[in-house]
Amino acid sequence: MIDVQVQTERFDSGAALDALAQTGAGAVASFIGIVRADGDIAYPDRRVTALELEQYPAMTEAALRSISEAATERFGLTGAIIIHRIGRLEAGEPIVLAAAAAPHRADALDACAYLIDRLKTGAPFWKKQHFADGSAKWVEAKDSDDARAAGWE
Amino acid sequence: MKIVYFAWVREQIGCDEEPAPEGAVTVADMLDLLRGKGGGHAAALGDESRLRFALDQLMVKSDAKLGNASELAIFPPVTGG
Repeated sequence: MIDVQVQTERFDSGAALDALAQTGAGAVASFIGIVRADGDIAYPDRRVTALELEQYPAMTEAALRSISEAATERFGLTGAIIIHRIGRLEAGEPIVLAAAAAPHRADALDACAYLIDRLKTGAPFWKKQHFADGSAKWVEAKDSDDARAAGWE
Repeated sequence: MKIVYFAWVREQIGCDEEPAPEGAVTVADMLDLLRGKGGGHAAALGDESRLRFALDQLMVKSDAKLGNASELAIFPPVTGG
């Protein structure tokens, strides 16, 4: 079972994990990304009030599905779910859910990390930070994210 | 062919899509043609190392041939998740 969603509204992580648990799995592992208020290392004294998430609509779903299919093949998953939000998200709100179900925990845990690491460098989303002082700035991609994604090749 | 832009590339160029100029064989050729428009195009597309590309929604390098693709996307490295 593969399910990928891009949406503005909050997601129901409990329902998503329940669905994965019913795929014949022995283990379900999940990651939830949250909008951090201390967003930008370059500006430690600027508090982030919100993020704006932009996507490339024609490409997003296919990219998420391709990552999920690769994870399913590689780790023998019984199910994978990615839900990514777009639009304006306030500090403290969930942005993304990546979850994997497998017969045993090692594959579920590894697959969950694989899903979010590959998403970070391969799915067409861009974040703009809005700061408490009214300024805004596009988030720069991190070399450490490229290194983590490359680690799965 | 249509060119689509995202994030700060879109903001600097000042539009989210436009028809592609004729005469480019590769993505890099197309970048040269677009830079020639000057202004926001030249500023946004000046440093290729800050850009990523997708042809018909698949990520490619700048040496990729445009072929019969109908959409070239130009955008910054992605920052989702």
